[in-house]
Amino acid sequence: MSEIVIATDAGDEMTLSMGPQHPSTHGVIRFLVRTDGELMTEAIPDVGYLHRAIEHIAEKCTYEGFMPYTDRVDYVAAMTANHVWAEAVERLAGLAVPPRAHLLRVVSDELSRISSHCIAIGAMAMDIGAVTPFPYCLREREYVNDLIEELCGARLTYNYHRIGGVGWDMTPAWRDKALAFCDHFEGVTAELDRLVTYNPIFVKRLAGLAPVSAEEAIAHGLVGPNLRGSGVAFDLRADRAYSLYDRILPRIGWRTPVGRGEVGVVGDAWDRYWVRVEEWRWSVRIIREALDQIEQTPRGEISNPPKKLRPKGEATARVEAARGDLHCYVVGDGGANAYRARFRTGSFDAMTLVQEKSRGLMVADLVALIASLDVVAPEIDR
Amino acid sequence: MDEKTGEEARATADAKLIFEWLGARLPGAVLETFAGGGGAGAQDAFVKVAPPAIVDILAALRDEPRLRFDFLQNLTVVDWPKRGVFECVYHLFSYPFRRELAVKTELPRERPRVASAAALWKNAGWLEREQYDLFGVVFEGHPDLRRLLLPDDWVGHPMRKDYVEAAAYRGMPTSRPSPLDLLREHDRAARDAAAARGGKAG
Repeated sequence: MSEIVIATDAGDEMTLSMGPQHPSTHGVIRFLVRTDGELMTEAIPDVGYLHRAIEHIAEKCTYEGFMPYTDRVDYVAAMTANHVWAEAVERLAGLAVPPRAHLLRVVSDELSRISSHCIAIGAMAMDIGAVTPFPYCLREREYVNDLIEELCGARLTYNYHRIGGVGWDMTPAWRDKALAFCDHFEGVTAELDRLVTYNPIFVKRLAGLAPVSAEEAIAHGLVGPNLRGSGVAFDLRADRAYSLYDRILPRIGWRTPVGRGEVGVVGDAWDRYWVRVEEWRWSVRIIREALDQIEQTPRGEISNPPKKLRPKGEATARVEAARGDLHCYVVGDGGANAYRARFRTGSFDAMTLVQEKSRGLMVADLVALIASLDVVAPEIDR
Repeated sequence: MDEKTGEEARATADAKLIFEWLGARLPGAVLETFAGGGGAGAQDAFVKVAPPAIVDILAALRDEPRLRFDFLQNLTVVDWPKRGVFECVYHLFSYPFRRELAVKTELPRERPRVASAAALWKNAGWLEREQYDLFGVVFEGHPDLRRLLLPDDWVGHPMRKDYVEAAAYRGMPTSRPSPLDLLREHDRAARDAAAARGGKAG
């Protein structure tokens, strides 16, 4: 196995290093695992292997020039990191964004969420031993990537949002393709429900595993699907509306999906998984509604680029990313570069939970716990 | 648009009430307040407090039943060398009341120490470790204040404005020559060689 024994203590307890290069730790993360056989005493996360000093880079290039770097904050769902940077700088500089750009941001964010959850859900099934769903999910992700590639040219580090709007308008043909994808994808979610969600082995494996209560989730700063998995009905799209989500959600009958302990207890690993599956369905509905509303906005009005960007002051922005509340704090001192930019991400806070929740788990369940929290290494380290 | 303005006015009024309450609850701790609603770059409310009071202030905001700032959204440091301070910023959010507030405190750059909030929020421990790592702000009473992202034997705190990177870390150079310079060098050498042969380059 890929775990290497680095020390053997007296008695039966071993200290193992799991990672940083380990296929099921979702990127380069290392855990120092204390274990007695298969039973863990504790897993201590060790991060920083993917630290690229993104906040420091932000101080070294202009506000617009930093935009491509935001793709790397979370490369599994790059679009929302674009969005939060654009939103933060727009709030800092007092820029207005045309409605069509807002709606295009919504469509691209939701596509990005679908493709990110494809990885989350497929990888989670694979981590606990079901290999088939992963290529199924990757196949869907490729369809989304095709769409996003046509929109902005990239398949992984999507870069579409701009300060003041978005980079390019969609074509009428693209809109048809996106709608066709929505029709197709609804069938896929039903298929994956049969294949994974209600698969008895999958359910048995995850029901009741590492439950997180609502109080714990808030104290640890869990956000997004992890928070909602614990039964807290909070979604920035609905509760702190931005980018015209307040015009879209009421028209599709939005109800924030929350964990209900359907197969085990509220806040267990299955609940966190299930919330993501539900979010897939909602994303499809949001895309349909946004593509409908977009028809009423004038073509081509997609950006109000700032003439000279020398903002002063400070601003915060929050966007519901695939891994939850992505918080950006930016300070400007009147120069062309940000004086300070700060990203607080969902994976970072989720990692603070691992050490506590790992106590008494089986080694194989640590993998399921990490997968259910859907942490990705670049988002922890930035 | 009107609705948004109304929301903003409500938030500003709320912030003023919170500041009043804090001032009465912990006299002398509040140094400066800003209720938000100031347009671009100044929409967000904040309260600046004296460093020794920071944990009391945060605990009061978290525990007061009418406020319940139960989510520590963000904890960060901004370096202001001209003013000689590190500004420590805590962004709070209340799930029950859907309300935001930033709490700031200024620490002297030559001795940046502040009490840890790790006992209040479980994610504060890691957030503080990161800020300690990158800025060298010491959070007193932290249960495990180690570097989070950089190696334990790294020298200096790279997000400080006056940080100068060492030329090497454990014998590994920390910078490389620019490939563009190398290309230019290569082109020049090719031109010189062609000139020496008496012909034209290319």
